[in-house]
Amino acid sequence: MMRYLVRRLGHAVFLLAGVSILAFLFTALAPGDYFDEMRLNPQIAPETVAALRAQYGFDRPLTVRYASWLNSVFHGEMGFSFAYNGPVAPLLLVRARNTLLLTITSTLLAWAIALPLGVWSAERLGRLPDRLLSWGTAALLVIPDLALALGLLVFAVRSGWFPTGGMASVDFETLSPFNKIRDLALHMILPVMALVLSALPLLVRQVRASVAEVLNAPFLLAAVGHGIPRRTLLYRYALPAAANPLISLFGFSIGALLSGSLLIEVVMSWPGLGPLLLEAILARDLYVVVGGILFSTLFLVVGNLLADLLLYWADPRIRTESGAR
Amino acid sequence: MDICGEREPTPVNLSVTHTVLVSIMKTEASVSGPNMQPLLKVENLVKRYAKRTLAGTGTDLLALDTVSFTIFSGTTLAVVGESGSGKSTLALCVACLESPTTGTIWFEGKNIVKLGERARRQVRQQIQLIFQDPASSLNPRWSVLEILVEPLILEGKCNREEMRQRANSLLERVGLSQNIVERLPTELSGGQRQRLAIARALALEPKLLILDEALSALDCSVQAQVANLLMELQNSLGMTYLYITHDLAMAAHLADEIAVMNRGRIVEQGLTGKILKQPEHETTRQLLSAVPEMLRAAQPELEK
Repeated sequence: MMRYLVRRLGHAVFLLAGVSILAFLFTALAPGDYFDEMRLNPQIAPETVAALRAQYGFDRPLTVRYASWLNSVFHGEMGFSFAYNGPVAPLLLVRARNTLLLTITSTLLAWAIALPLGVWSAERLGRLPDRLLSWGTAALLVIPDLALALGLLVFAVRSGWFPTGGMASVDFETLSPFNKIRDLALHMILPVMALVLSALPLLVRQVRASVAEVLNAPFLLAAVGHGIPRRTLLYRYALPAAANPLISLFGFSIGALLSGSLLIEVVMSWPGLGPLLLEAILARDLYVVVGGILFSTLFLVVGNLLADLLLYWADPRIRTESGAR
Repeated sequence: MDICGEREPTPVNLSVTHTVLVSIMKTEASVSGPNMQPLLKVENLVKRYAKRTLAGTGTDLLALDTVSFTIFSGTTLAVVGESGSGKSTLALCVACLESPTTGTIWFEGKNIVKLGERARRQVRQQIQLIFQDPASSLNPRWSVLEILVEPLILEGKCNREEMRQRANSLLERVGLSQNIVERLPTELSGGQRQRLAIARALALEPKLLILDEALSALDCSVQAQVANLLMELQNSLGMTYLYITHDLAMAAHLADEIAVMNRGRIVEQGLTGKILKQPEHETTRQLLSAVPEMLRAAQPELEK
């Protein structure tokens, strides 16, 4: 187990290093930088711009800049944001926390709905309720995330039931702790709903297919023959047997929800990584872009690592193969 | 007993076949003495599968067509037939895993077709099924111990130590070593897996074991070992078997009575000796002619 974990962590570090180099390279290769707009401003002397560029190391070769950026990563700064005039890391951390709040809640909620719904559907395979559900998920699948988010926003505005943007009300700081949580939850409803609805159809269909496949296995028939109640059978026998592809999907679903989240955050003005990254790209705020990409990758890697550990824990055959028994 | 010699098959005279088959037959018991209770009585069982096509309803598939038979406690009935003759549907219906379209199944004097879900679960524990492929009939993620103990957990009252003891005695009963309790089914051989499947079935102390091609997936020597195990269990525990197979030779070896099935119907039924000596139906004769190799091994003087 330890060896497996160490190997996986090694992979993760390797991957992050690679992604950081690529992100750095591509953003640096893109034409223009943060100071280009100053150059067009007749009130700023070209010498000032050149001095600023020199100050932030834009005149030095790419490798040197990467090395000094890497150095600042180890000092917990992750470079300097020109637009916010401060180190990148604290900026990203707050935003990442907000994004994670959204993503984790949506992931858990989506799976909590998808598992029973998929099992329920698989149990009735080919019958009317199952076919209706399949049509429903197919319909949901073809609606683009953006349309879904906008539709929800329109609904929120028309009904006035939910706040339509942001993460907190104006008077948030004056609220009691309980009301703070309530306010936050109220603001989360719309973006979480959008994320869950966009992730749900795929998950339900996958759960349904995996469970339907094992429902025909002789060992399940044998278990029925042992007089095991239906509910136990579905959740203790069929679901674990169907779990492997689902656990892998779980890792992917974290990543998918994260990238979906960036879009939804922008549309619903949720102060997460999404709007920050968009602004940074538009302003060519180099180190914020690199940092944002790195954080997204980190989430993805951690999600997949989590899935692999879950797999290891859930399937004794994998444990045996990796020689840990 | 080595039942599969590696000799070349040669055409066998059918009349010789009979005498030889009879010679390897199970010692004939009187199957229906006056003091014996029928454990299972199947009457006019019909199972119809509706075929659905895009155009609507197609012709139905009649998997079982008015099937009737009786099994007495402590005996073996073999249902022999080609694949697709409805044998496995019969197994599922008797095991309470499929509901027949019409007909009755009397088990210990109770009609088990009409029972509610809870009562059916109780009956299912009395009638256990052994499948053809032990690799897929055992939960691949559970250790041997968990597999054996699983039916016991349902009963509730067992504590950990008792469970382990029960598992050990079950393993011993089917001739498996106790050191395999921590292993996974994937780490066992085919024969070990089938023995494990039998042990799992025995855990609930069932009255009837349905063996659905239970020996067919095993290679010959293992087949013989497991067959002997089944006969031992019948002697020591008084088990009753419904043995479903396409292999008439093995049926002759294990069964007191044989029923021959063809296209969902029982075409011929009787004591093993009678079926082998005087086959009346064409299907029976065809099945008889399909077993030359084993006879030659059983009766070496045929070589001369």
